[in-house]
Amino acid sequence: MDQLRQNSLVRIRNLHFSHGDRVIFDGIDMDIPHGQITAIMGPSGTGKTTLLKLIAGQLVPDIGTIEVDGHDIQRLPTSQLYKLRMRMGMLFQSGALLTDLDVFDNVAFPLREHTRLNNAMIRKLVLLKLEAVGLRGARHLMPAELSGGMARRVALARAIALDPMMMMYDEPFSGQDPISMGVLVQLIRQLNRAAHISSILVSHDIHETLQIADYIYMIDGGKIISQGAPQSLQTQQDAWTDQFIQGRPDGPVAFHYAAPPLADDLLESAP
Amino acid sequence: MIRFITAVGHSTLQLLTSLGRASLLLLAMLRGLPSVLKRPRLLIDQMHSVGVLTISIVSISGLFVGMVLALQSHHILSRFGADSALGLMVAAALIRELGPVLSALLFTGRAGSALTAEIGLMKATEQLSSLEMMAVNPKYHILAPRFLASFLSVPLLAALFSSLGVLGGWLVGGVILGVDEAAFWGGMQGGIDLRNDLINGVIKSITFGFVCAWIAIYQGYDCVPTSEGVSRATTRTVVQTSMAVLGLDFILTALMFNH
Amino acid sequence: MVKNRLIETGVGLFVLIGFGALLFLAIQVSGLGEFYQDESFKVTARFDNIGGLKTNAPVTIAGVEVGRVQDIHYDPEEFRAVATLNIQNRYHGHIPDDTFAKILTAGLLGEKYIGLQPGGSEDPLTQGGEITITQSSLVLEEIIGQFLFSKSQEPLP
Repeated sequence: MDQLRQNSLVRIRNLHFSHGDRVIFDGIDMDIPHGQITAIMGPSGTGKTTLLKLIAGQLVPDIGTIEVDGHDIQRLPTSQLYKLRMRMGMLFQSGALLTDLDVFDNVAFPLREHTRLNNAMIRKLVLLKLEAVGLRGARHLMPAELSGGMARRVALARAIALDPMMMMYDEPFSGQDPISMGVLVQLIRQLNRAAHISSILVSHDIHETLQIADYIYMIDGGKIISQGAPQSLQTQQDAWTDQFIQGRPDGPVAFHYAAPPLADDLLESAP
Repeated sequence: MIRFITAVGHSTLQLLTSLGRASLLLLAMLRGLPSVLKRPRLLIDQMHSVGVLTISIVSISGLFVGMVLALQSHHILSRFGADSALGLMVAAALIRELGPVLSALLFTGRAGSALTAEIGLMKATEQLSSLEMMAVNPKYHILAPRFLASFLSVPLLAALFSSLGVLGGWLVGGVILGVDEAAFWGGMQGGIDLRNDLINGVIKSITFGFVCAWIAIYQGYDCVPTSEGVSRATTRTVVQTSMAVLGLDFILTALMFNH
Repeated sequence: MVKNRLIETGVGLFVLIGFGALLFLAIQVSGLGEFYQDESFKVTARFDNIGGLKTNAPVTIAGVEVGRVQDIHYDPEEFRAVATLNIQNRYHGHIPDDTFAKILTAGLLGEKYIGLQPGGSEDPLTQGGEITITQSSLVLEEIIGQFLFSKSQEPLP
């Protein structure tokens, strides 16, 4: 474990973050190692997306530090931060393709912005990236003409256009049909195993996440509830983790929103 | 009572913070202008969607405003036997006031609200966020070209509005009502001064262009990223720009024509 | 690519139309460059009171516009106003040098303009010449004052 910590790509220490009055993170330590798929799981609204934005430096923590590849994200001047971001890819939940550009131009966008490659070279690279996600034939479509799963695959091709050292996936499986889900699982695994892209995966889809993650953090109520390799989590006795993984409707996370006993409420005369 | 004071204080603070945010955004966009000039393609696309697509509404409105102005003025001026002042009256009203003000209002309705909605939707669909993640500053890449395009388009549209208004006035006054054409143009040329009237009118429309662009883009960028938030922001753009343009018009008129 | 070309053409046209409109306003509406130096000649006229005459006001002969007032300034030595008139070149040599210049009002409320009334001299006005016989603008207050004064001079009935 110490070896792993030495080797981590992202190092989060004592992270506190709140949005207005709502506390989202209340002291989180996390290490994301090189070359692995690390999953962050938890119920909706626990700020998993916020965590990705903190890592990317789009948000600034209240207390605590976040280091990416040895750089303290908050202390980094903007130009350096932008340089670091060129080496990070992020797949947004909606895909976030630029709606006024077609598929080809969307994937070409980061290359045109950040490299001085000529058009022929850009064309080759874009076609290769699109081939990797299986959408080379869809290069003339506009984002509005794509299904949700296809849009995510195009966005993935765009995110890896600059060959990043790490990828962040924000709920890549939510709202997908089983086939697109399978395609995405396979793509994420391929990118990690073949291209050695370290990956951070934020999700609440247990089945798929357990399939591909090397290490999992469970977050709820601003704290890390449990962590470990998928096998160890599945056998864990912690009641909350058990409820989440098994998807039981009632347990430590109650089915009922906090309320007085039903009988009292019913018997109470209307005001 | 205390609640009232708290509410006033709260909304004042909110106003101040949003003004501060808007100013910071403006600074960031101004800093992005050099990078826009390096990539004229971005500016040209925006000039098209902001300016070219507004030409038709501005031209038609200008023509009709000029025609109505001529009809109404002729009605009153002919009572005093001052028909010859018709050209001057139409041109002065258009160049000093109606051209800059109405074209700014039309611009907001047609292009400003669309800008807000577009930027708001880009925010809601995480496009702005994704640009940041691709190490592209959306303030430079998305906002600055839109700002510059609007800023440049409004004065040109105002000039178009006034010109067509004058032509509309001539059509009604000179051709239909039969006012002496030499008197119409002569009175106009005699009474309209290049510096006092035309240049001041252009200064007005440049100011309005700045305000229109700033408010529309700020509202889009600052909106709550939901469909409801975007629609509210669009409404706010139209309301705030109209009030700002009319208020500024009063101040500018007082400063310019106060001697 | 075709679409790009269309957009570029549209924007180019827009900018052209916009500046064209500005040019139209400057030339046709505000009368800039109506008579340039090479197409006109200048004469001056001195008035006791210009009474609201403005630059760019028309200069007419027999009701026909022949030029414009280019400049008005005050001569502190003579205590009079000096108006510089730009007259179209085609009238050069056709306006006698004893021409009479009056400041008139178009209609009851209209703009002030200068009316020239040619005299009988053989010698014409030329570039840089001066109109010596002038009549100032009628100032309503003065006329009323004179009227009241003359009334008070009359013997009581």
